Amino acid sequence: MSAKFGILVVLIYSIVAIFAPFIAPYGEREILGRSFELWSDKYPLGTDNLGRDMLSRMIFGARNTIGLALSITILAFLLGSLTGMIAAALGGWVDQILSRIVDVLMSIPSLIFALLILSIFGTSVPYLIATITVIDATRVFRLARATAMNVVVMDYVEVARVRGEKLDWVIRKEILPNITAPLLAEFGLRFCFVFLFISALSFLGLGLQPPSADWGSMVRDNASLITFEDITPLLPAGAIALLTVAVNFIVDWLLHKSSGLKDVS
Amino acid sequence: MIHILKIVTQRFALGLLTLFAISLIITFGVELLPGDLAEAILGQGATPETVKVFRTELGLDKPAHLRYLSWLYGMATGDMGVSLANKREISELIGIRLSNTIFLGGFAAAISIPLALFLGILAALYRNTLYDRVVNTFTLTSISFPEFFVAYILILFFAIKLGWFPGISNVSTNLSLGDKLYRSMLPAATLTLVVVAHMMRMTRAAIINLLASPYIEMVRLKGISPMKIILRHALPNALAPIVNVVAINLAYLVVGVVIVEVVFVYPGLGQLMVDSVSKRDIPVVQACSMIFASVYILLNLSADIISIVTNPRLLHPR
Repeated sequence: MSAKFGILVVLIYSIVAIFAPFIAPYGEREILGRSFELWSDKYPLGTDNLGRDMLSRMIFGARNTIGLALSITILAFLLGSLTGMIAAALGGWVDQILSRIVDVLMSIPSLIFALLILSIFGTSVPYLIATITVIDATRVFRLARATAMNVVVMDYVEVARVRGEKLDWVIRKEILPNITAPLLAEFGLRFCFVFLFISALSFLGLGLQPPSADWGSMVRDNASLITFEDITPLLPAGAIALLTVAVNFIVDWLLHKSSGLKDVS
Repeated sequence: MIHILKIVTQRFALGLLTLFAISLIITFGVELLPGDLAEAILGQGATPETVKVFRTELGLDKPAHLRYLSWLYGMATGDMGVSLANKREISELIGIRLSNTIFLGGFAAAISIPLALFLGILAALYRNTLYDRVVNTFTLTSISFPEFFVAYILILFFAIKLGWFPGISNVSTNLSLGDKLYRSMLPAATLTLVVVAHMMRMTRAAIINLLASPYIEMVRLKGISPMKIILRHALPNALAPIVNVVAINLAYLVVGVVIVEVVFVYPGLGQLMVDSVSKRDIPVVQACSMIFASVYILLNLSADIISIVTNPRLLHPR
């Protein structure tokens, strides 16, 4: 039940994100009227602090925020699972060095680490992507290494090695197919983490920079409206919350299905 | 006993080593900049002379390892250098804000820990009932909410619609404790909502795990009431994992405080750090990161040590 709801929500979000330019009534950066206009037929959700249409910015925000979060999660999975599998397959000092680096990176609170890096390099999208990718890849590394370790000791991997297969084959054909399921389940959770993380950074004014529409910074820019009992600034925040809840529901359901995990009653 | 002392010492040494590694990352992260800090901050238009003066002022003309050592010595003795933005002593900037942040974190912990334990025990007691399901859905939802969403909802209802609490927590040192608590009510409530969910779920899981064990079955066969089974027989054994989760969540509080402070304009360390990041006031950011990271690591370390020390298998080795 809740899983169906989750899938429906994700579907709607993806459609909005993909077809943003066709759905939005106005452009992302168009300044149309006075600032903070009320909800009306012309501007369904009013206008923001610079007089841009809120609804259009919400729609483009879906595209920017989800797109960024998705690409960072994918990059983090490529980096994390690849290094994790290499660490497991090679073992020895490669594994030691990679694992210790990850240990240290994981012991710094991720928000603090991101703030530190962004203050050094300034807030630009490439550094933003690189920083969050590295932070997130450490978590993926842990999971990929742990699951791959169980596979590496199997007889068929040893057979492949004795047969003289290269590292590349062992990783692609022997390990990867056997750890895809847990990695996929983790993907949903990681996406939620990245999505919330970017929103938090944008909210602090350190994420996507204006004039790009982004849900986190939209909350920040229009927060003063709350004082007038206007709920408009809560809408982008609610949009963030709804998507994370939906993805969590799906992941929960997937985990239950795949592992038969049940609370002992 | 010797055995356990050895493990604890090992963990402690590992924690110190991690802190050392982090201090290296924090100081040498700056070295990754193309050019150096002086050039990066002054920008393209700066003349070579100004860059040179600025470099001497920052101590960039000295070799990196000397700079690191003097920075580390300064952090340890409380002399953290001066801020780039307003030339004030960093220790002076941080002092009061740090105590404000600790106050807020402590306040939130004082509400959330008893609340989480209480709700968790109730959920374990009435597991698989409507209450359990409602609480479960509620916690799953609140985990997925961004902190600022929770914060603004609380502001909307309690500060603006009802007007019970102030929406801006301008705490200052000359306020009485009652006033301070009143003004930091909403930020503390936000933090509570964010951490309670996780702690509660773990408490419930720890207790339910134990309920399947044979000795509980025995107690149940003796006809003792479910409430008493949980409080007298299950809880003492579940304490170690629960304490562990509490410590981890306290560590989370330390970081979660950053966003909440920004929303409520609470004069704490997190707000200072965010301000400094947007001004690229790197010495201040370095000092703040070191403080946050140290507290985080110390809390995680104590979680580790507590779970070792309270483990009966390690306390009474055969």
